[in-house]
Amino acid sequence: MANSVWFVAEQRDGVLRKVSCELASVARRLADELGVEAGAVILGNGVQGLAAELARYGADRVYLGEDPALAVYTTDGYGAAVAKIVREKQPSILLLAASSEGKDLSSRLAGMLATGLATDCVEVKIDGGRLVAVRPLYAGKCFGETASVADPQMASLRPNVFSAVENPRAGTVERFDPGLAGAKLRTKVLEVQKDATGRPDLTEANVIVSGGRGMKGPEGYQILEELADVLSATVGASRAAVDAGWRPQKDQVGQTGKVVSPNLYIACGISGAIQHLAGMSSSKYIAAINKDGEAPIFTKADYGIVDDLFKVVPELTKECKKLLS
Amino acid sequence: MNIIVCVKQVPDTETLIKVKADGSGIDEGNIKWVMNPYDEFGVEEALRIKEKKGGEVIVVALGPPRAMETIRTALAMGADRGIHLSDAAFSGACPYATAAALAAAIRPIPFDIIFCGQRAVDDDAGQVGSILAELLDIPQLTVVTKVEVEGKTVKVLKPIEGAQLVIEGTLPCLITAQKGLNEPRYASLPGIMKAKKKPVDVKDAAALGVKVENRARVVRLTPPPARPPGKIIGGDDPGAKAAEMARLLREEAKVI
Repeated sequence: MANSVWFVAEQRDGVLRKVSCELASVARRLADELGVEAGAVILGNGVQGLAAELARYGADRVYLGEDPALAVYTTDGYGAAVAKIVREKQPSILLLAASSEGKDLSSRLAGMLATGLATDCVEVKIDGGRLVAVRPLYAGKCFGETASVADPQMASLRPNVFSAVENPRAGTVERFDPGLAGAKLRTKVLEVQKDATGRPDLTEANVIVSGGRGMKGPEGYQILEELADVLSATVGASRAAVDAGWRPQKDQVGQTGKVVSPNLYIACGISGAIQHLAGMSSSKYIAAINKDGEAPIFTKADYGIVDDLFKVVPELTKECKKLLS
Repeated sequence: MNIIVCVKQVPDTETLIKVKADGSGIDEGNIKWVMNPYDEFGVEEALRIKEKKGGEVIVVALGPPRAMETIRTALAMGADRGIHLSDAAFSGACPYATAAALAAAIRPIPFDIIFCGQRAVDDDAGQVGSILAELLDIPQLTVVTKVEVEGKTVKVLKPIEGAQLVIEGTLPCLITAQKGLNEPRYASLPGIMKAKKKPVDVKDAAALGVKVENRARVVRLTPPPARPPGKIIGGDDPGAKAAEMARLLREEAKVI
């Protein structure tokens, strides 16, 4: 369907990822503004059941590409399948998630389709019939409005920023041949090692409890883990804490770690180095606990406590437990 | 084993970024320019592979004349030679146009692996590696924290949300480096001296035979939205302050 607004839905192990509903809602809004159809592309093996959910969040049409080779994501398999249906139907806008998978796929597709892609957008709008994407640069030290001058106009959307709004549509399923018969996939996933924590990734967490140099050592994080348990939060860390070996690399928030946008970011013993602030300033609410009242983190915090975090955090855990029981 | 590493010169992450009043770009005064931290992991990994298996490490950078400093840094770390893509026409090149220029420079060179940083910490686009891999028709392995080369195959570790993937690919391929891959070495003094004599080819768009065709443009830059001033919860009792914070988070912010 030429001129339509499409998004590539993301599923893992046959379960739709939350960001797919966020993408559907954004595609719906842009399609309404342009007076065109919202289309979804969903790939996998045995995933036809997910089409209904995409329709519930606003997809007029669902392009379903199934193949045993698509059971697990690979750049070659998914890239070839999406490029094929996009070349055939020529949507004018193509949205993806700025997730691990979506970033890998969207950038490859930008090459395959020789078009412009705006990465990790926090806002998208239509101006003069064209897509304008707003995205953080320098990890959020400034923002850029970007526009693709080629079609499809591509953008990857940061998870957790856009709301998923139910807006049921027909979601007519159109099956297509992903064209992978005899195709050679040049990479292969040998193993999936699941994280033991069971907590959401920092980039997808609603609440993050983060610790810095003020935690004094790896054992200091125990009180943050306890607060995180009560708040169903994910534990993060500053670069100082990661470089000191107190926390694993995947926990690092900041310009050389993860850029996060939770509803609530609780910074404990983090002074607020500029590269850390860049990575968490787009959190909806920021709470900070730090001994030093002059720490730059307080310039970003909605709520601050100037005190010894080892005294405050266990109390905060107790109070939150009370409120949430 | 011939390895190419793409490097970019970027403002140090401790730099305060100021947007020009007209939104056309950033104020480049007072910036300390460094090699993109993710590219450093790529250089280091390339050197380690070369130390084990032999071969040559070639660094390629697209950027203004000052980007030569970043090439020299990589040469001082131990890379063998450099290619500097420098042309006024490259200024403001979009990821696609950047990758096209890099592809033109790399095509004549036999290689086994190309390393890029998983993203540059200035524009945060994270696209050039994948587009370059596409233009060269080789597989990509992005955002990896471990690389093992065995004959004509490579095995990498890629952290994703809630898991790590072990992925195998065939050479030649393009790998983008994530923090955790290694601890980049510092250039030694003899390394710095030697780097001055290592060859660097400077090529402009005409020499590469490319025409810069941007697929995307930056309309304007803006400073980040200001956050409203916060509340410091006063008092002497940590317990009372914690209770007040919990109450505000629950009743005012409604986030817990």
